Amino acid sequence: MGVALLAIGLGLLAGILAGLFGVGGGILFVPTLTLGLGLTQLHAEASSLLAIIPTVVAGTWRQQRYGNVRWRAAIVIGLAAVGGVEAGVALAESLPEGVLERLFGALMLVVAAQVAWRAWRRG
Amino acid sequence: MLQLVLIGVVAGFFSALFGVGGGIIVVPLLLLLGRWQERPAMATSLAAIGIIALAGTISYGFHGELKPGAAALVGLPAAAGAIAGTALQQRLAGRTLSLLFAVMLAVVGIKLVV
Repeated sequence: MGVALLAIGLGLLAGILAGLFGVGGGILFVPTLTLGLGLTQLHAEASSLLAIIPTVVAGTWRQQRYGNVRWRAAIVIGLAAVGGVEAGVALAESLPEGVLERLFGALMLVVAAQVAWRAWRRG
Repeated sequence: MLQLVLIGVVAGFFSALFGVGGGIIVVPLLLLLGRWQERPAMATSLAAIGIIALAGTISYGFHGELKPGAAALVGLPAAAGAIAGTALQQRLAGRTLSLLFAVMLAVVGIKLVV
């Protein structure tokens, strides 16, 4: 019961972040499903994708009402991403994981600094 | 158009490689490469993720990896959260959204590096 409540609470938080920043919520879904509900990593990543669907449907529905969604761009990005996933899976199976994760983490930090710098300069 | 295709391919590629959501890649690319404003960038990212998640779910579903009960337990409260999150987003300045988003990116980056 306590674990279920925790999962619901973390799900709610993931949804708020998803709506606020336009991300899916997978960052919080996956650890909630593995550490909280005891799913394997594979089952958690699969079920996280399923959980993302109601999250983004609700968020996109509201954003549509606010007039922020550009559908053509969304469809182009989404379909292109499905192609990119295939390439990513192929590469993931042939390269050392630890090194890649660190490089990607470092890239995220650089991007974070750039996004913050752009916003800062504008103010 | 070419830029949007590029953004999509890069997002799908990295999300498959590292198990991060596509949004964490789509949003900064739309902001920095496409020079979009925050709200349309984040809203459009959300819609694009819907397509990515649907394709992924179908693929995993065929392999029998889905746990619908567990997904509903986090996904349904998240749908309510997303409505609150988008409402909150309309009240914040674009600049504030960028700065908060940068903090979240940095947290994810540090988590991957460490």
